[in-house]
Amino acid sequence: MYFVMSLIWFFVGGTEALIIRMQLWKAEQSLISAELYNQLFTMHGTTMIFLVAMPMAVAFFNYLVPLQIGARDVAFPRLNALSFWIFFFGGVFLNASWLVGAAPNASWVGYANLTSTTYSPGPNVDFWVIGLSILGVSSILGAVNFITTIVNLRAPGMRLMRMPLFSWMTFVTSFVLVTAMPVIAVALVLLAFDRFFSANFFVPMAGGDPVLWQHLFWIFGHPEVYILILPSFGMISDIIPAFSRKPLFGYPVMVYAGALIGFIGWGVWSHHMFTSGLGPIADSFFVASTMIIAIPTGVKIFNWIATMWGGAIRFTTSMLFAIGLLAVFTVGGLSGVMHASAPVDLQQHDTYFVVAHFHYVIVGGVMMGIFAAFYFWFPKVTGRLMSERLGKLHFWTSLVGFNLLFFPMHFSGLYGMPRRTWTYSAALGVDLFNQLSTIGGFVFGLSAVIWVWNIVRSARRGEIAGADPWGAATLEWSIPSPPPHYNFGRLPEVRTREPLWHEDEKRDVEAATLFEPDVEPEMPGPSHWPIFVALGTAGTWALVMTGVWWVPLLGLVFTGFGVFMWAFEDPFAHVGEHHG
Amino acid sequence: MFSNRDSLPIGQGQPVTSRLPSLLRVLATLVVAALLVGACGGEYPQSSIDPKTDFAETIHHLYRLVFIWSMVILGLVWAVLAYVLVRFRERPGGARPRQTHGNLRMEIAWTIGPALIVVAIAVPTIHAVFTTQQGDPEGAMVVDVIGHQFWWEFRYPDTDVVTANELHLPVGRPVSLRIHSADVIHSFWVPMLGGKRDANPLVVRPEGDPPKYNWLHFTVREPGEYMGQCAEFCGSSHSLMGMRVIAESPGEFEAWLDDWRTSAPTEEPSPTAQELPAGLDSALVEQGREIFHSQTCVACHSIQGTNAQGQVAPNLTLLGRRTTIAAGWLDNSVEDLQRWIHAPRDVKPGALMPGVGEEGGNWPATGLTDEQVRAVAQYLFSLR
Repeated sequence: MYFVMSLIWFFVGGTEALIIRMQLWKAEQSLISAELYNQLFTMHGTTMIFLVAMPMAVAFFNYLVPLQIGARDVAFPRLNALSFWIFFFGGVFLNASWLVGAAPNASWVGYANLTSTTYSPGPNVDFWVIGLSILGVSSILGAVNFITTIVNLRAPGMRLMRMPLFSWMTFVTSFVLVTAMPVIAVALVLLAFDRFFSANFFVPMAGGDPVLWQHLFWIFGHPEVYILILPSFGMISDIIPAFSRKPLFGYPVMVYAGALIGFIGWGVWSHHMFTSGLGPIADSFFVASTMIIAIPTGVKIFNWIATMWGGAIRFTTSMLFAIGLLAVFTVGGLSGVMHASAPVDLQQHDTYFVVAHFHYVIVGGVMMGIFAAFYFWFPKVTGRLMSERLGKLHFWTSLVGFNLLFFPMHFSGLYGMPRRTWTYSAALGVDLFNQLSTIGGFVFGLSAVIWVWNIVRSARRGEIAGADPWGAATLEWSIPSPPPHYNFGRLPEVRTREPLWHEDEKRDVEAATLFEPDVEPEMPGPSHWPIFVALGTAGTWALVMTGVWWVPLLGLVFTGFGVFMWAFEDPFAHVGEHHG
Repeated sequence: MFSNRDSLPIGQGQPVTSRLPSLLRVLATLVVAALLVGACGGEYPQSSIDPKTDFAETIHHLYRLVFIWSMVILGLVWAVLAYVLVRFRERPGGARPRQTHGNLRMEIAWTIGPALIVVAIAVPTIHAVFTTQQGDPEGAMVVDVIGHQFWWEFRYPDTDVVTANELHLPVGRPVSLRIHSADVIHSFWVPMLGGKRDANPLVVRPEGDPPKYNWLHFTVREPGEYMGQCAEFCGSSHSLMGMRVIAESPGEFEAWLDDWRTSAPTEEPSPTAQELPAGLDSALVEQGREIFHSQTCVACHSIQGTNAQGQVAPNLTLLGRRTTIAAGWLDNSVEDLQRWIHAPRDVKPGALMPGVGEEGGNWPATGLTDEQVRAVAQYLFSLR
């Protein structure tokens, strides 16, 4: 469900991007108004981060982590439902702003004091503040669930240092989420008070400091980048060994590097603020911390290559995307080192060079990883293989489209085109770069259509996959595809990191996981109350928009009622019906 | 029932392996093509890699250093990757690869390697961070830069000179820009003169605390006209918030300051037809002067030596000399001035000036006729 919703938002955000690209086809063009353009780029960024990249990763967390660590389900399946429904209502609320013609228009970073009621009087920014607040709740709940699952529900013998890398990176990401989301929540609450109740946290005339917003936003915003990228790193750390038929090179170092990236990610936020005038001492600190992050990232890249070294590489679509990630993410990583150098950043900051950089990281890193993972685990979820022919077409069109789209942006940026600009002067001489980007955008859009076509087609008529189509090493491949709803017949006992690559261990594991119980293990049944509570949570925030202090309290009462009913519902009631 | 790891239905024996190197070929071709396009693409007046000041030069040196290191690493990674992909692709009937789990020594090596490169970049970076932010050099001329939605104001505190969107600077003399904003956050960026710096609104502080400005320090090396624009998203017309820096010899610069101070169009007898630029009609200029100084224009705009002393909107003294109007977005011509006066928001969404038929910035529509608009445009164009 997570995946389907985020796929829909992926196409919404993609369409927004293509309209942007059409507007930028020529200098001084006005295909759409500046106001609409500002709404489009704000919503493109917000959608792609909060409604696409994050929930897509969450979809994989939900499905795969229990399978990889040998658990029957996540620790709190109903919390999971709540988290999904809050995400659902948050996304719908945010995009409902289009229907009233007032989509958020102050960019995805929403810098104060442009977002104050003085400079953004309309409801646009209200939708943004409230939409993000709702979505933040969803992320925190999800992260708590994954941490609990990984800490408590590992199968016997599944020590932390035997967990597949994807589960490890989920673990790290969840910690980052649970600590980073509250920071943006605080910032959003402050901004909400400024907007709805005339507080002055970010109003300079009243002694508030707009730069505070930048600190709060980026203390969340930079860890957010690692929230996005670490899951993809985890995914390809499982995929590359499977298709090289060799264990991951330097497993402990890969784990530590991931954890280190997540941790240092906390100390680099002000590299987004080198132009804001923090002074040379703060600048130097953030230069150093930011550059240090390049080291564990580099180690990861070298270790992936070393995993392939001496292996027997099979070029499946999934593997191609993983290799594609290595090739293009490195470009994004290195351009990141360029603007980690504060004085250089004074030139590159807020230009298309940075736009190129972070799309290389987020599309070339995060999305390539998600594509690779999608082709890899699709057979486990559906029991059918994706078409390799369409898959390769998807890979090559996306690789070409991606580079054609984002590579020229390095040049438009270096030649002086700032980002978030509705149009640009013909004198800049950057038309050609923009045209290449626009063409690339449509090629990339086409590749996404091929992907969806492949999904639809393969889900119906794909070749039957069997339990382990790839000859992979980890637990999820020991059970049938799709897995039974209780996942494992009996919980297996794990002895190594690659249980299915050791004959004797594989035999024992399969004896346990494939055991067919006479009485199915009791699993909690579905419930309506999470939807009710999610609606209450989203509704409470939406009622804040009235600006009357007691109205949101009604939403709280509604939510409280839902929580109460949920708490006293018997989750195993349905079990009695079946077996009673 | 369960396939075992040795029966691998996918990928085996498929001819895809031969296509693999083309992945890198495609990338390489793109890079080369883009570089070529970049190299022979003509003029880039807002280029960040064409330094014209000491400050920009420092940044550019650093940029080249990081760029070269990046290319070395990228080349290395791609080369090794390409080698691995070709050399270690699966061959039909090949044996199971040796199951290695890592090699601590190698991993230490490729941790230390990048670490050394990072040091090689970080040391000159931090050096540059400090040198470029050193307080005002001796004898630096301070200019106040004030960002407004969506135009730039420049004030020379040593004199009374105030101008908008075109900053005049002397070549060869250290300059310190003292930057802030009158409304939301903007960012001052003229790439050839160096990096950008945010224009933050001044936070009201307790009595006695000095306001916190942002600074840029540099010395322009060669005369010329340099393009720049706002680099921090600041609202609907952010993309149209341009500026020009006119760098001229100290003599020309002083002359400009003098002209500004002595410019007083109403106190002087009206310029005779001969003094007017081609195409201006002295009667119309005179009519335009009367309209301008008797209408709401003067509530917001200033013209040195006249009753127009508004402080809210761009100072229009010597407007006729500017190369552009509307913060670098329109040419400075009578036609474009008319267009602007007629309907500012058609040019620039969010502009606060009222137009002929629409109110703006709490002021009612001006209701000027086309003829009157032309007169005002001619008058403004005559200010030089």
